[in-house]
Amino acid sequence: MQTELILSGFGGQGIMFAGQVLSYAAMDAGKQVTWIPSYGPEMRGGTANCTVVIADEEIGSPVVKNPDVALVMNLPSLDKYEPLVKPGGMLVINESMVDRGARRDDITVVTVPCSEIAEEIGSIKMANMVAVGALLSGLKELTVADVEAALNAHMPGRHKHLLPKNIEAIHKGYEYARAHTVKAKG
Amino acid sequence: MARELWEGNQAIAEAAIRVGLEAYFGYPITPQNEILEWMSKRLPELGRAFVQAEAELGAINMVYGAACTGARVMTSSSSPGISLMMEGLSYIAGTEVPMVLVNVMRGGPGLGNIAPSQADYNQICKGGGHGDYHPIVLAPASIQEAVDLMPVAFDLAEKYLNICCILIDGSIGQMMEPVELPEMRPVVRKDYPWAVNGAKGRPRRILTSIYLDPPEEEKTNLRLLKRWREAQEKEIRYKEYFIEDAEFVVIGFGTAGRVALSAVRAARAQGIKVGLFRPITVAPFPYKRLAELARQASAFLVVEMNAGQMLEDVRLAVNGSIPIEFYGRLGGVVPFPDEILSEIQRVAKAKLRADSDPIADWMKRMEMIAR
Repeated sequence: MQTELILSGFGGQGIMFAGQVLSYAAMDAGKQVTWIPSYGPEMRGGTANCTVVIADEEIGSPVVKNPDVALVMNLPSLDKYEPLVKPGGMLVINESMVDRGARRDDITVVTVPCSEIAEEIGSIKMANMVAVGALLSGLKELTVADVEAALNAHMPGRHKHLLPKNIEAIHKGYEYARAHTVKAKG
Repeated sequence: MARELWEGNQAIAEAAIRVGLEAYFGYPITPQNEILEWMSKRLPELGRAFVQAEAELGAINMVYGAACTGARVMTSSSSPGISLMMEGLSYIAGTEVPMVLVNVMRGGPGLGNIAPSQADYNQICKGGGHGDYHPIVLAPASIQEAVDLMPVAFDLAEKYLNICCILIDGSIGQMMEPVELPEMRPVVRKDYPWAVNGAKGRPRRILTSIYLDPPEEEKTNLRLLKRWREAQEKEIRYKEYFIEDAEFVVIGFGTAGRVALSAVRAARAQGIKVGLFRPITVAPFPYKRLAELARQASAFLVVEMNAGQMLEDVRLAVNGSIPIEFYGRLGGVVPFPDEILSEIQRVAKAKLRADSDPIADWMKRMEMIAR
């Protein structure tokens, strides 16, 4: 079993960290995992993405053309990755940063206003964790509890005070996504 | 030890520290800066030596000096920086002192870019700087493998009084994987009979790479060759996947090898009897094993992130006995598994000739890609 995810957004939206959180959770769940960033000469405000592969056996390619899951935090990412998701796969859209819905109906689409939900909780910086929660609603390999445990285990001590809000963000994203999922046709 | 999620560059640096690295000298260059950064923090806190040199030339000559004292020493850089070190590397080879070199390759030639590449294979596997010598070159395909090869690299360098290079590309340097690191070992300075470490109470020792008398230089060259032949005999490493009943064999090292693993699995799922051979020592090269596989398989497919540099070694191993096809991506482009899968499908179906020109055929297909 192997699941491939691409997470993409503006630099500064916490996309790399979101991918790492999933990777920690996968590792702690005893799985094989690779996390690879796009590491070009990028900067805050430019586009950034990372690829996460979760598997039961030795992982071959850490790079993926057609992911099972794409999380897109902005419009350029939606334009780029919507056509690439495997048929039957899942697309998670940060509704706050796009001006259109998904065009495909052969994939499961989860549309969540991540930035707004994060602001309600207290900071737009947690939009990435809302998105992680939304993503978990359709990911068989990991549960919200896995990710919570991973955050607890690996977040450096100086950031521990941020944990409750981040966990709240994951739950809110998860719950919102459960109510706003359009399943793939066929 | 528990598994921890590590970035490749940092894991390599920490692994070197834990297996007794005494001194590191380097100069920053992407995509390997995190090695230097990690060393700059960790070595001073452990009371060991770290110097960010004024340039790569300074760094490699500091390594040279430290190696002459018998210290466990390394440097790291990326392609253009490695080119700058070539003079020093040749002197180190000629002086017969051990060192470890990490090259996190990027796209070239010239300044190129910072994307993953395997285009420095020939440069390091075929000698590096001037003169008649062969560094030992290890090409891990994952962070765990790189970590596990760090102590091996130091041991090989010290056993064969040679440069041992860990050859990876930017993607292995930048990615994260769960890793088990080795336990921290104490630094042990070996009492080498050649080390220049203070002559008080014993005869002077001289370490040099200058032999003005050609017959003396010839003796030195023969000494290097003898050690190299021994390494060829004893130190070959590789990993095989699905080889037992393979009718076709894909051959790739490092990242190209692991991307090919995904393609080989997908081809197996379609019923194609294909295996993967991933050299870990690319110098010395596993010629003998490939010659054996050439008697089993009906064709080879070589996959690289360069224009067919290792392909030449594979052709040498096979010696025209079976067809060899080639697929390469250049300039910092990493192939996706589906590209290699369609190459495997093509090789499995096509009527191939052992005397065809794999580079010419691949270039024709590349023109299709470029269009």
